[in-house]
Amino acid sequence: MNTKTNQMEKPNSWRKLTKNSSFSILMILVVMLVAMLIISPPFRSVSNILSVMRLFVPIAISGIGVMMVIITGGIDLSLGSVYGLAGVITALSITELGANAFVGVFLGMLVALGFGFANGVLVVKINLPPFIATLATMSIARGLCYIITQGYPISGIKEEFFFLGQGAILEIPTPIWCMAVVAVIFGIFLSKTVTGRRIYALGGNMEATRISGINTNKLLILVYALCGLLAGFAGIITASKLGIGQPTSGTGFEMDAIAATVIGGTSLSGGVGSVIGTVIGASIMGVLRNALVLLSVDAYWQQLIIGFVILFAVAADMLSKKRAGN
Amino acid sequence: MQNEGKIFLEVRNISKTFPGVKALDHISLTVKSGRVLALVGENGAGKSTLMKVLSGVYRMDEGEILIEGKPVQIKGPLESQHLGISIIYQELNLWLNLNIAENIFIGREPRKNGLVDKVEMHRQAGELLRQVGLDMDTKTLVASLSTAQKQMIEVAKALSFNARLIIMDEPTSSLTESETETLFEIVKSLRKRGVAIIFITHRMKEIFEISDEIVVMRDGELIASMDTAATTENEVISDMVGRSIDDIFAKEKAPIGDVALEVKNLSTRKFLKDIGFQLRKGEILGFAGLVGAGRSEVMRAIFGIDPRETGDIFIDGKRVKIRNTVDALRNGIGFVPEDRKEQALILSMTVRSNISLAALDSFKKKGFIDKEKEKKVAAGYIEKLEIKTPTDEQIVGNLSGGNQQKVVIGKWMETKPKILILDEPTRGIDVKTKKEIYMLMSRLAKQGVAIIMISSELPEVIGMSDRIIVMHEGRIKGELSQEEATQESVMMMALA
Repeated sequence: MNTKTNQMEKPNSWRKLTKNSSFSILMILVVMLVAMLIISPPFRSVSNILSVMRLFVPIAISGIGVMMVIITGGIDLSLGSVYGLAGVITALSITELGANAFVGVFLGMLVALGFGFANGVLVVKINLPPFIATLATMSIARGLCYIITQGYPISGIKEEFFFLGQGAILEIPTPIWCMAVVAVIFGIFLSKTVTGRRIYALGGNMEATRISGINTNKLLILVYALCGLLAGFAGIITASKLGIGQPTSGTGFEMDAIAATVIGGTSLSGGVGSVIGTVIGASIMGVLRNALVLLSVDAYWQQLIIGFVILFAVAADMLSKKRAGN
Repeated sequence: MQNEGKIFLEVRNISKTFPGVKALDHISLTVKSGRVLALVGENGAGKSTLMKVLSGVYRMDEGEILIEGKPVQIKGPLESQHLGISIIYQELNLWLNLNIAENIFIGREPRKNGLVDKVEMHRQAGELLRQVGLDMDTKTLVASLSTAQKQMIEVAKALSFNARLIIMDEPTSSLTESETETLFEIVKSLRKRGVAIIFITHRMKEIFEISDEIVVMRDGELIASMDTAATTENEVISDMVGRSIDDIFAKEKAPIGDVALEVKNLSTRKFLKDIGFQLRKGEILGFAGLVGAGRSEVMRAIFGIDPRETGDIFIDGKRVKIRNTVDALRNGIGFVPEDRKEQALILSMTVRSNISLAALDSFKKKGFIDKEKEKKVAAGYIEKLEIKTPTDEQIVGNLSGGNQQKVVIGKWMETKPKILILDEPTRGIDVKTKKEIYMLMSRLAKQGVAIIMISSELPEVIGMSDRIIVMHEGRIKGELSQEEATQESVMMMALA
């Protein structure tokens, strides 16, 4: 920990940077990248770097959504199923209804938004604990995936749809553009707008926020709806990348998204979290997955190692906060 | 003086200081076996602190405790129990999901072969229930009992510890009259069996009905100790409130204008009954009464926090609909709640963000928060209210209580309220800051803001209010003008 005099000597911008809550996890990411660049030649190729980035795009996008929910002190377990359902709906409306890609994406996102909105209503109006409400909708959304596909993947989608997941603009894959746009929009939304400020306030102290004349119910519904929307968007990108609507897509995916945002410094007790932190958290997950493959780590061991990395990252963050508190 | 009872407990010169407050200042008293000692005093007089020292929740800074003449150290609740002291708190400490016997013996169930011996447990529990005169099946769930019955369970539990001293903290506050009678029967039978009892209450009638001795506390000091038979209600009340009013109130006469707020026939489902009053521009209206009289509940109902069952609210003569806090804010009402940490501040956020929070819509520029304006406004309040903070980016949780309160007040001033409700605005705040808050209230009143102040500190409510409404058990008990209001007159009304 820096002593006071120490801090005085350092330039102000450096101090600001190190005090930023995303700094410690950024360091973890940098260390991982440097280590991989040294020990694994294939990691260095541009195509691999791009594939790592493509890998974490869905996690980052839905991570940003669930981050907002977690900031308010809630949780969304349904996002993996909503992710899968949105991909299936989009695929189906293009193949069966003959919709063009835009309309298909729109319909998929609409359904995802609907699920998010329903989560919010269940939490706010019926007072269900978020864990339970979204556990139920998780099962409902997944069930719908199977019912409407009868369990078969949906293929034969028009090629125009593949641009979202497989195309590139200026040689950079489209998914990465999507993520960048989402990150910028939500970064600005949360840090610069009245509504964003209120979301943090609600997470810090819901009762005080309500007594400050703010409609906390509306805010909560909004946050859950946005979480559903982003999960849907991520699921549609994945469907486009794979070229099929897979009913099992996104099974267990909610855990990746939640882990990314928590690694990124979002506090499960609410009030704290940042878009940049979540993107870094998702990168860590992506780099790690990729590294384990490149280093030919046994698939059974990968899962275990990821678990430990999550533990380590979150514990390091907690410890640094605890020291800062003292 | 009768002196039949032997001295069970003696405390000598106990002091306890919390940051900024001397909660107990050299208190000495004796409690005798087979006698009922009534401990009285206003809120914040130090009664609870004293009880918590005796039950081992707090450690005293200095002083001595003797039990039957021998000095003892009470380091924790368990030790206190072993020494024969049992305390029954206002909020009963029972497990609602367990039955009567399980509650009485929780953590020390009779055992046989390592398992709970249920037969023995229920037998002993039944025996204890007989002693407190409660005829019930010991397998009854505590959740299904009335408050009075729960209290009996607490007494039974105390007896099971072989308590020699039972402390009851406002045991009658939630009892009906007949339940109170039953409780008194038990207190009397405990007294007959030689148990010493400390009975904390606000109710004069009960004090004189049940107690043998009365001890009055005020501001952490022991003011008087007397035989019940040798004193009168008036004497006790004047000891409670004291005579000196510190001259820190900065109330200046403000021109009183038209009616700003009128409340008619306001009731809530559980508690409030037929609340009605008027508040004028430039007026400071005090709400007095005991803790739990319903003052905060009235304000919460007006501000749209809690639902109302009946009642109309008029602002500037027009009937308004206030269904939630958003409506209240829109109608020009500001509300500084009593618990600033739980209800007013976002402790994890900065001073600046807290100040702008309620008026955030007015900081909107092209959809974004106008940071420059926000900084300017925050700086303005930091200067005007003398908020001591290194920068406007300081986390509010790191400020002292007084400065936190100023942040809350600044937050509401920025909404430019026509009506400002302040619930215990100076609680836990040092004298200098208190005075600043009084001056601020006076200034706002002069600008035509209509102010309601809830306060449990009588000198404050009398010193600052143009008019005082006194509440008692969910109703308005009466109203006193500034001229009529004395500590005695307010207290009489609040207690009766």
